Amino acid sequence: MNSARTDDQEFSGTNSNLFALYRTMCRIRSFEERVGELFVRGQSAGSMLHLSIGEESAAAGVCAAMEPKDTFTTHHRGHGIFLARGADPARMMAEIGGKEAGYCHGKGGSMHIADMGLGHLGANAIVGGGIPAVVGAGLSALHKKTGAVSVAFFGDGATGQGVLYESMNMAALWKLPVLFCCINNQYGMGTRIDQATANPVLHERAAAFGLNAQTVDGLDVETVAETAQTMIDDARKGIPGFLVVDCYRFYGHARKDKSPYRDSNEEETGRQKDPIAFARNLLIESKISNDAELNSLDVDISAEMDATIDFTMGQTEPPLTSMFRDVYAPDQPEPEPLQTRLSRVLSRELPANGGH
Amino acid sequence: MTMMTYRDALRQALIDQMKADDNVIIMGEEVGRYGGAYGVTKDLITMFGETRVLDTPISEAGIVGAAIGAAMTGLRPVAELMYVDFIGMTMDQLGNQAAKIRYMFGGQIGVPMVLRTQGGTGRSAGAQHSQSLEGYIMHTPGLRLAMPATVSDAYHLLRQAMAQPDPVVFIEHKGLYTLKQDVDLTREPPAWGEANVLRHGADLVIVTYSRQVHFALEAAPKLAATGIEATVIDLRTLNPLDFETIRPFVEQTGRAMVVTESVLTAGVAAELTARISEECFDFLHEPVIRVAGEDIPISVSPKLEAASVPTPALIEKIARKMFQ
Ligand SMILES: Cc1ncc(C[n+]2csc(CCOP(=O)(O)OP(=O)(O)O)c2C)c(N)n1
Ligand SMILES: [Mg+2]
Repeated sequence: MNSARTDDQEFSGTNSNLFALYRTMCRIRSFEERVGELFVRGQSAGSMLHLSIGEESAAAGVCAAMEPKDTFTTHHRGHGIFLARGADPARMMAEIGGKEAGYCHGKGGSMHIADMGLGHLGANAIVGGGIPAVVGAGLSALHKKTGAVSVAFFGDGATGQGVLYESMNMAALWKLPVLFCCINNQYGMGTRIDQATANPVLHERAAAFGLNAQTVDGLDVETVAETAQTMIDDARKGIPGFLVVDCYRFYGHARKDKSPYRDSNEEETGRQKDPIAFARNLLIESKISNDAELNSLDVDISAEMDATIDFTMGQTEPPLTSMFRDVYAPDQPEPEPLQTRLSRVLSRELPANGGH
Repeated sequence: MTMMTYRDALRQALIDQMKADDNVIIMGEEVGRYGGAYGVTKDLITMFGETRVLDTPISEAGIVGAAIGAAMTGLRPVAELMYVDFIGMTMDQLGNQAAKIRYMFGGQIGVPMVLRTQGGTGRSAGAQHSQSLEGYIMHTPGLRLAMPATVSDAYHLLRQAMAQPDPVVFIEHKGLYTLKQDVDLTREPPAWGEANVLRHGADLVIVTYSRQVHFALEAAPKLAATGIEATVIDLRTLNPLDFETIRPFVEQTGRAMVVTESVLTAGVAAELTARISEECFDFLHEPVIRVAGEDIPISVSPKLEAASVPTPALIEKIARKMFQ
C-alpha cells in the first residue's frame, strides 16, 4: 500500500530507506509537473491546481511513518500526500481532469480527492476544513480499539483558522491518537507567514495546548521521516502531536499565479531548499546509489507519469445522469431534476410514484 | 460614458468612496499586496496605505467580527470574503451579531459595514468554490443583500452599499468580472433597493438577478422570434426587495418565471415565487415557474457543472413550454 516501502527490486538502493523516500519524492514532483502539463493542454478541470513542488519531503516522510490502518485528511495542496500514501497516479490525474475514471468520478477534482481504501478521508478546498475530522477519527480509534492514528495535513495558512485551535485542544484533552502536520511553505497565497502572524514559530502555539510539538527542516527527508515516526508512535500511545515541516513553495499559489508579490532573489534562495536535490546528493555521497541508477529511475518515473496524461486524455467525462447520484445514499431517491419537475408542472401531470 | 469591466467598476467604486470618506477601510485575505483574488482591490494598498487596506490572516470569522466592531465604533469597513462558499465560517458573526445588534440593543446603534464576496459557477472550481448562497443571507432579517448584474451596478450599487446604515452583503458573480459595458460614473443611479426593468414584453415576466440577468436577456430575443415577448427584471437588491416594480408586469402578463443560479429548494426562487403567487394570484394564468440550480452540489467536471445551473437555452425552453 505504501509506495515509500514498495521498492523495485532492480535497484541496488532497494534496501535503503532513503532511496525509497527519494523515489517517492521524485514521483510526486514528476506527477505535479504533469498536472501543469494537463492544464496547459486544456485537459484539466479548471485552473485551481495547487502543486506541492518543494514540499515533497513532508508527504514522503510523514506517509512513510504511517501504517495501512491509519487515516488522514489533506488540504488543497494534497496531490503529493495522496501519492506518497500509494494512490494510483493515473486515477488521480483522471480526477484532476474531471473524468469519470477518476477517484471521485470527476465530481471532486484536484481539491476534493479522496480514497477511503487508502484511509484518505478527503482533500479540502476550505482552509482548515479537514482538520477536525482527525479528532473524530481519533475518537473512533479509541472507541473501536483499532490502534489507528489519524493525521491532518494542512498549510501554515490554516493556523489562522479557529477550528485548528478547537481541534488541538480536544486532541490534547482526550489524549487522542492524532498528528497535526503543518506544511509550512512560508506562504498562504501571496501572504508570507510573518505577514499573517506575530509569532511564526508555529509549533509553540501547539505546545501551549499540551501537544507534543516540533518543527523539522523539510530539506532532509530522512529527518522528517524519523521525526514523524517518533511522533506517530507517540500518538498511537495517546500522546497527540503537532509537527511543522518547514519548506518553500517553489512556484505560484495555483497554476496561474506568477508570484509577483515575492522577488526573484527570494525565490532562488527558497528553491535551494530542495529536498530532492539534497537526497540525491546524499544517496550518491554515501554510495547507496549512483548517477546511472538514479538517472534510470528518473526515466522510469517519467514514463509512468507520462502515461497518466495519456490515460486521462483517453477518458470520458461523467455522464449527465451521474449528476444526481450520491447526494444521498444509494438506496435513497435521487433529487428530482428540474426539467422533470417542470415538465410535470407545466403539463399538470402527477408523478407516477406520488413524488418524493 | 466610460467603457469598463465589472471588475474595474467595483474597484473604482472602492477608490471613489475611500476618497470621499476617510473612515472607509478594506480588510480581507489577499486584498492588499496580492490585489484581491479576483483583482478588485489591485493597487489600493499603494494608493491608501496599509492602515486602510489590511491583509488579514485566513480568519473569516475574525475578519467579519472585526468589521462589525469597527463599524460600531465609527469606521466604514468593507470586508472581503474571497468566496461566498466560506460564508459558513462567518455565519455567527453575520447572523447573530451584525444582523441583530441594532434590534437587540433597542436601536442604539447600527452596523454600517459591507461584506463583499463573490459566488457562482463557471470556473470548474468544484463543490466548495462554486455555490450561490444568497439564500442564507436573504433568510436572515437585518442583513441587506445586493447582487449586481451590470457594470453600472457594480459601481453604483457598491457605492450605495458603502453608504447604508445597516450591514450589506454584496455578492459579485465570478463569471462577470470581465464583462465590459458602458457606464456613466457621474449619473444619479437608481435609488437603492429599486429593481431595473431591462426589457419590456407583454407575454411573460422573467424576474432574476446577477449573472442570470444576462442569460434571460440572451433568451429573450430568441423567445421573441417565436412570438413570446418577455419582460426582464433585474432585482439588483434582494433585501430590500422591490416587489412594486414586479407587480404590474405580472398583472399585465399573467405569467411569471423566476430564475436563480442558487438551488431550487427553500431559496430565493422559492421566496420570490411564493411572493408573486400570494400577491398576484388573481392575475396568474400559469403557476409561477422556478428555473433554478439543481438541488445538488456543483461538480468539478465542466460538463456536470454547466448542467447544474440554468442556461439561456434552458430559460428559453421552459418559457416556450409555458405557452404550449
Ligand atoms: C476558509 C478558506 N479561506 C480562504 C480560502 C482561499 N485560499 C485557498 S488556499 C489559501 C492559502 C492557504 O495557505 P496555506 O494554508 O499555507 O496552504 P498552501 O496554499 O500554502 O499550501 C487561501 C487563502 C479557502 N480556500 N478557504
Ligand atoms: Mg502555505
